[in-house]
Amino acid sequence: MDWALILRSTGQAALGPDACYYALAAAGLNVHIGYTGLLNFGQAAFAAAGAYGLAVAVVTYGVSFWAALFIGLLASVVLALVLGFPTLRLRTDYLAIVTLAAAEILRLIVRSVRYTGTLGGTDGLQAFGDTFFRLNPFDGSSYTPLQFRADQVWLLVCAWPLVGLCCLITFLLMRSPWGRVVKAIREDEDAVRSLGKNTYWYKMQSLMVGGVFGAMAGIVFAMSKQSVNPDDYATKFTFTALAVLILGGTARVLGPVVGAVIFIGCLQGLDVIMRQAISAGYVPDWLPVDVNKVAIIRLIFVGVTLVLLMVFRPQGILGDRREVAIRDR
Amino acid sequence: MTVDAPSWAAGIAHEPGVAKPDPILSVKGLSRRFGGLLAVDVAHMEVQRGAITALIGPNGAGKTTLFNLLTGFDQPDEGSWTFGGRDLSGVAAHKVAHHGMVRTFQLTKSLALLTVMENMKLGGTGQRGERFWGALARPLWRAQEREIETRADELLERFKLSHVRDEFAGALSGGQRKLLEMARALMVQPDLVMLDEPMAGVNPALKQSLLTHVKQLRSDGMTVLFVEHDMDVVYDISDWVIVLAQGRIIAEGPPAAIGADPKVIDAYLGTHFAEGGGEALGELGPEEHREVLEAGLEGPPGGGPVDG
Repeated sequence: MDWALILRSTGQAALGPDACYYALAAAGLNVHIGYTGLLNFGQAAFAAAGAYGLAVAVVTYGVSFWAALFIGLLASVVLALVLGFPTLRLRTDYLAIVTLAAAEILRLIVRSVRYTGTLGGTDGLQAFGDTFFRLNPFDGSSYTPLQFRADQVWLLVCAWPLVGLCCLITFLLMRSPWGRVVKAIREDEDAVRSLGKNTYWYKMQSLMVGGVFGAMAGIVFAMSKQSVNPDDYATKFTFTALAVLILGGTARVLGPVVGAVIFIGCLQGLDVIMRQAISAGYVPDWLPVDVNKVAIIRLIFVGVTLVLLMVFRPQGILGDRREVAIRDR
Repeated sequence: MTVDAPSWAAGIAHEPGVAKPDPILSVKGLSRRFGGLLAVDVAHMEVQRGAITALIGPNGAGKTTLFNLLTGFDQPDEGSWTFGGRDLSGVAAHKVAHHGMVRTFQLTKSLALLTVMENMKLGGTGQRGERFWGALARPLWRAQEREIETRADELLERFKLSHVRDEFAGALSGGQRKLLEMARALMVQPDLVMLDEPMAGVNPALKQSLLTHVKQLRSDGMTVLFVEHDMDVVYDISDWVIVLAQGRIIAEGPPAAIGADPKVIDAYLGTHFAEGGGEALGELGPEEHREVLEAGLEGPPGGGPVDG
């Protein structure tokens, strides 16, 4: 077993682009689900809005990269308005179904043949981030000890502060009277309405804030591959972000970050450990485990871990057990 | 102990929909249908300013539906109403509160994962920090927040909740939650407080303190309209009683007059017969059942002797 490789690979994933964009996506879901109680199962759509807003603007319409970034964020706000207008009057479970469906509809439209000329179809769009990577002050091929590539380092140096910014915004909002209203809506919307707050508009604002965080996730995701592809924004994206959030602890400012680092790190760590174990012959023949199945088997581990977490620590890593106890009363 | 009839009620006829000398709330031709069921059908109803008015009636009479309509939580099929001279029909629930009409709920809606203090502060109106961009800049709302907190502390003191100020509201007992909900409604500084079964599920000791608080609201110049099943409570605190049955007002008058009204007793009995069938009333003959209800309706408040 090459422990140095295992550690490096795990660390690379835990601090790399994957953890970074899942932290952003989960931070958005945290505002929606954790604080406001809006069961948004369509976070992938917000990420897609951000990523495609950027990519389409640059590749198809030749807009400058920096303006396109703004367009990406704006696209998620527009999506929040379009999605929220008819659905925010619905109760949480209906909202979950509608957002889930809306995200899938959006994905299928994007990958349709009809709009291939504009949106790139199933091939997606590539090479929209050149302007950004030309500004890369880092050079050399690898950065010890984690051996990131130079362009990755440049992206991460820009993207992690973005995660910090989202956490700061969440913190500022949630300690304010605005956050108090939003948390009260999570507990009981009618009570808040009876006290004279326009809950519909608060939910819309919350959807927009979390949606913009989701768009940032999509942009970082797209930049890390220099490509957008419709199938990257399937329901798996949303539910991974949700798992990250629950693991870290809902309604905790740093929950999404802790969740993302640990979840993505462990996923990669498991992958490498299993591969090493197989090649070293530690895995007996009767187990249906081989190198080709590792990617799937690690997800089984993840599922089991999440189930155990829900049973023994339902509040997540940073959560407060007392809150769960009160909720269950 | 009997409640003296308030002076304004002296010359008023004891009949459904009667006009009051100074109504704060005036309802006209209000109706709400749920499919084939006419849940509320109120031709005329007025609520006297500065008085405590009880709204009673058997289960399913439409009391809560009427509350929901008046506070914008439900939309009527027909009808209009004015509050403090302003037409409030069709106004959204949150704006109703801005006009000074605040309600509580039958099933207490304490916000479990907010602390008692946060629950209270939520009631403060016109908060700068509740606007999105304002929220990000604490200096904009810090002073106002302190004012609201001071006012909340005073109310908590009055409602004897100071000691649980920083607990989660979800950790309170049922009675304490009722108190909290009432105190929170007062944070809005309303003119009319509408209480939907404020005494339901509250132990006798706390009930007395809740009664005192409701009377205090009247002394503070507020108007109270409340739904209640406990006839002792109705006798004790209300100046005027409106009886609703099958969506209609069937009787109105001071509590003493209502207790003696045969229409009211019939309304309760009739509905009970219809609902309970032979099963619930199996052990009781109709005559005995009537006695039970009369005891409930006429029994002197304050635990005096009951016929028997």
